[in-house]
Amino acid sequence: MLLPYLPQHMELTDAELIAAVLKGDAASFEPLIRKYSPRVFATARRYARRESEVEDIAQEVWLKSFQKLGSFRGDAPFEHWLMRLTVRTCYDFLRGHKRNRETAFSELTDPEDDWLDRFVAQPSDASENADAAKQLIERVLEQLSPPARLVITLLEIEDRSVKEIAELTGWSVPLVKVRAFRARAEMKKCLAKLAKDKYL
Amino acid sequence: MNVLELQRKLIAAARAKQPSDHVPYAFEQRIMARLTGRPAHDPWGFWGRALARAAVMCVAVMLVMTGVALYQPATNQETLSQDVEQTLFAAVDNPAADQVGDTP
Repeated sequence: MLLPYLPQHMELTDAELIAAVLKGDAASFEPLIRKYSPRVFATARRYARRESEVEDIAQEVWLKSFQKLGSFRGDAPFEHWLMRLTVRTCYDFLRGHKRNRETAFSELTDPEDDWLDRFVAQPSDASENADAAKQLIERVLEQLSPPARLVITLLEIEDRSVKEIAELTGWSVPLVKVRAFRARAEMKKCLAKLAKDKYL
Repeated sequence: MNVLELQRKLIAAARAKQPSDHVPYAFEQRIMARLTGRPAHDPWGFWGRALARAAVMCVAVMLVMTGVALYQPATNQETLSQDVEQTLFAAVDNPAADQVGDTP
C-alpha cells in the first residue's frame, strides 16, 4: 500500500525546525515563514497602508529573524519572539517613513466629511462601523508621531496591557506609561486640529 | 465638537477594522530565495573590504603627492635643500659666529 505523500516538514514542531535551521538546514525555515506570515502581515498592515510597504516590512522581519535566530533561547514560544521582532520592525518603519503630517487633514473625502458632519449634529448617529470612520482614524493615526502611533495601536486598538507593550517594544513599563499619556494628549490635540480645520 | 467622544468613536472604528492577514502569492519562496542566495557569513570580510578601501585611498594620496612633488617649481626644491644644509652646517661654515660676544 502506498503511503500518502507527506511534506518533509509536516509534523515537525517549531523548536525542531529552528534547531534544524541552526544546524545549517535553511530549508527548514520555510514552514515557519508559511505558518507565521499571516500574523506578520496583519501586524504590518496596522502601520503601513501601501501593500508594497507591508511586504517590505514582512520581508525585513523574516530576513532579520533568520539572521537573529541564534538569539532565540526557546524559553518562550517562537511566535512571541517573532511578534516582538515584527513590532520593532514596524516601529523602525514608522520612524523611517515620517509622512507629511501637516497636509493630511486638508484632503478629507466626501464620506469622511459627511461622517464628521453627522457626528457634530448628533454623535450617536455617526456609526463607528462606517468605512468613513475607519478611513478617518487611519488619517489621524498617520498624523501621530511614531511612538504615539505605536502606543495607541497597541494599547487602545489591540487592547494590550502596559506590560505586554513593554515586552513587545523593549521599553520599560514606566516609559510605556509616559508614552501612553503623551500619545493620548497628542491624539486629542490632533482631533482638536481636525475640528478647527473643518469648522473654523 | 466633543473631542473625547470623537476619539472614543474613532478608536472603536479602528478596533472594528481587523487588518487582513492575506499573504502574497509565493511570498515564502521569495524569502527563501533571498536567504539561500545570500553569501555565507564571513567574519574577515569586513576587515578585508575595509583594508582594501584603505589601500586604494593610500595609493590615491601617494599618486597625488607624487604629482605635486614632480610639478613643483625646481627653485623651491633647491631652496629647501639649501636651507637644510645651511642650518646643519652653520656652525662649521662660520665658526666666528660662535665667538661673538666671547670677549674677555
